[in-house]
Amino acid sequence: MNPSLPPLTRRRFIEGAAALGVLSFVPLPLRAAFAAPERAPVLSGTEFQLEIGPVPMNVTGRPMTATAINGQIPAPTLRWREGDTVTLAVTNRLSEPSSIHWHGVRTPAPMDGVPGLSFRGIPPGETFVYRFPVRQNGTYWYHSHSGFQEQTGVYGPIVIEPNGGYAQGFDRDYVLMLSDWTDESPETVVSNLKFQSDYYNYGQRTLGTFIDDAQRKGLAETVADRLEWGKMRMSPTDILDVSGAAYTYLINGQPPAANWTALFRPGERVRLRFINGSSMSIFDVRLEGLPMTVIQADGNDVMPVTADQFRIGVAETYDVIVQPTADRAYTIFAQAEDRTGYARGTLAPRAGMAAAIPPMDPRPMRTMTDMGMGGMEHGEMPGMELSPEDKKLQGSVGVDNVAMMPTERLNLAGEGFPAGRRVLTYADLRATRPGTDPRPPSREITLHLTGNMERFLWGFDGKKFSEAEPIVLQRGERVRFVLINDTMMEHPIHLHGLWSELENGHGEYRPYKHTINVKPGERLSYLVTADEPGRWAYHCHLLYHMETGMFREVRVL
Amino acid sequence: MSAFRITCLTAALAVIAAAAPAQTPAATVPSTPGADLGAMPPVMDQGIYAHAIFNQLEGRWNGSNTEFRWEGQGWAGTDYDKLWIKSEATVSQGAVEDGQDQFLYSRAITTYFDLQGGLRSDIDSRPTRNWAAFGIQGLAPYFFDLELTGFVSGEGHLAAKLEASYDLLLTQRLILQPQIELNIYSKADPVRLVGAGFSDIDTGLRLRYELSRKFAPYLGVVYQGKFGQTAIFARQAGETTGDFRFAFGVRVWF
Repeated sequence: MNPSLPPLTRRRFIEGAAALGVLSFVPLPLRAAFAAPERAPVLSGTEFQLEIGPVPMNVTGRPMTATAINGQIPAPTLRWREGDTVTLAVTNRLSEPSSIHWHGVRTPAPMDGVPGLSFRGIPPGETFVYRFPVRQNGTYWYHSHSGFQEQTGVYGPIVIEPNGGYAQGFDRDYVLMLSDWTDESPETVVSNLKFQSDYYNYGQRTLGTFIDDAQRKGLAETVADRLEWGKMRMSPTDILDVSGAAYTYLINGQPPAANWTALFRPGERVRLRFINGSSMSIFDVRLEGLPMTVIQADGNDVMPVTADQFRIGVAETYDVIVQPTADRAYTIFAQAEDRTGYARGTLAPRAGMAAAIPPMDPRPMRTMTDMGMGGMEHGEMPGMELSPEDKKLQGSVGVDNVAMMPTERLNLAGEGFPAGRRVLTYADLRATRPGTDPRPPSREITLHLTGNMERFLWGFDGKKFSEAEPIVLQRGERVRFVLINDTMMEHPIHLHGLWSELENGHGEYRPYKHTINVKPGERLSYLVTADEPGRWAYHCHLLYHMETGMFREVRVL
Repeated sequence: MSAFRITCLTAALAVIAAAAPAQTPAATVPSTPGADLGAMPPVMDQGIYAHAIFNQLEGRWNGSNTEFRWEGQGWAGTDYDKLWIKSEATVSQGAVEDGQDQFLYSRAITTYFDLQGGLRSDIDSRPTRNWAAFGIQGLAPYFFDLELTGFVSGEGHLAAKLEASYDLLLTQRLILQPQIELNIYSKADPVRLVGAGFSDIDTGLRLRYELSRKFAPYLGVVYQGKFGQTAIFARQAGETTGDFRFAFGVRVWF
């Protein structure tokens, strides 16, 4: 991943652009195909020219080479209208094959942009023309589906305007794309993890935490706890595989110090479209002192629900409306789940303002519930038996744990939230209109999300992509996917091409999602209507999990 | 001799480490009629990786003289199949002792353990011995790194070797590592000063500071003990049978 630099590339910082709530830290693009530079980079219409190429990037003070679309990280926001047919000519100026996938957008399979499944990819120097009708609205995103280009900058927002007008009114509309940047090459990151899977974890248990725990909980309990985790060869401090030790967290391409700013006038309704375009980082997002009304998840409207904070898995989107009435600045604070860093921006009535940056919350710890042991206490083993199929997984190379008692916890936000905050849960998401397919599922497909943390390989049912057969659906079939997360990491599972209707207790008002973040030790289900034929990617959206095997093909015949 | 061997081994390990994480293409996806999907699979989950580590690269000082000791291993391969080089030896007053090199193929067989088989060659200042090697290596419960290997020589001698270590985190970067190596031989090999039975132990307690994950200087104490017939041979040769030393070195991996 060291594409050679074209000589024409220039790098320029656009000072003062923050005044309009736009990128002030991105290199000037190679092309002038988008709006004036003092505006947020937005491309709208039905015809688009996109060029993937190398670009200089300097996040940490070290000049690096990134990969970008039209010279920008994130790529320009694409603004489409529901009902239009869009044409996107994507040219690859890298020295390796590339691709663009329209994440969450329902396209015919050949337009989905996954090399090896939907098309052959875009070879260096060539152009691929995507063309498809836009049959939905909402906030989505686009990114490369080739190698590690997503990590090195090939991602950008998509906003699709509804043809029937917005359900919720608002005065201002901002996209906030969260992402993670590292100066290390992605190949080095994954190689490091293969050799030492806790390479980036500097929040491990030590002699110091042992003494603290012994003083708080007593020596016997502390020793018993250490032995229990040690026996399993698991660490409860495994939260994110790649941490702030490598990453700088960005909002719209800007590190915390650059303070990306969105402007408002007190009393205005401000729509914030959060997109997690990270490779490996799950964020906990809040606006200090300002409750949010969540109105959309993964591009689909939900009944408005108020929250102080939400956890956003990689590749998910949430649209919220805030209505700040005071003439003051608010910090937009997106902590990485492992509390090793944060992305930060500001919502302010005037440019140049800043509010205090809150301290990060305590680092979460995995529990026995996360290990799929339900609410079991130390050493207590109820008369539970794994099914013969589950037993086969145990002890195999690709599986370091099989959840004995996976629990559905859609009404819980996960670990790491201090008491007293209203945190959005999956159970809060209720669609504004009933689902389009009222049929009950004709069959169930149960998949274990599995991994071997020590060897750093991941898969479904103990198998990597290269070892597994496709999941075959008949066209028009209605199926229930049941996921059991045997691992102790979250996995944002993304099914291309088809909606995933999360069964979260709202009946026919179940939310339509494209990415479902499955908690450790959790069991959940969603319904899928196989209404679009073709070969679809189905994978964990943590980039290094996907690339090390957590990927399947779903084939709709 | 020893300098030459160190150079060779370091070069070999460096070559392994430098081998780019090349990708083996997965079996090509069966093509849909009419669609050119190319030869590239959507994800490359069968990549080849390579790493090498010196767990011990150290001076051992007993107040009057310093020995130089290395113990390292490197591998290249996929998640399931790897080729390994393991090497250790001590350079003491111009002579190379306790030299042992292994060339192994390993196959992942369980969640945490690999099965290994190959050759061991005892290369040092004494006559060389060659063995067939067969063993396991992996992570035991409670996070003990474990290697257990059995050997058969051309002369029909049997041997076994156990190596174990544990990382105790004092802080996120300050790590105390107890380590032990035990050797057992079925028959005596007097020329190599090896006695039958439980022959020797090499154990240490090293305190390292990880400036980075890949580079950690350390200080420690080490003990080398010889037992039974091996101790008798050592005494006859005028060597010590129990040797406490201070160790200083660097744990480094690529």
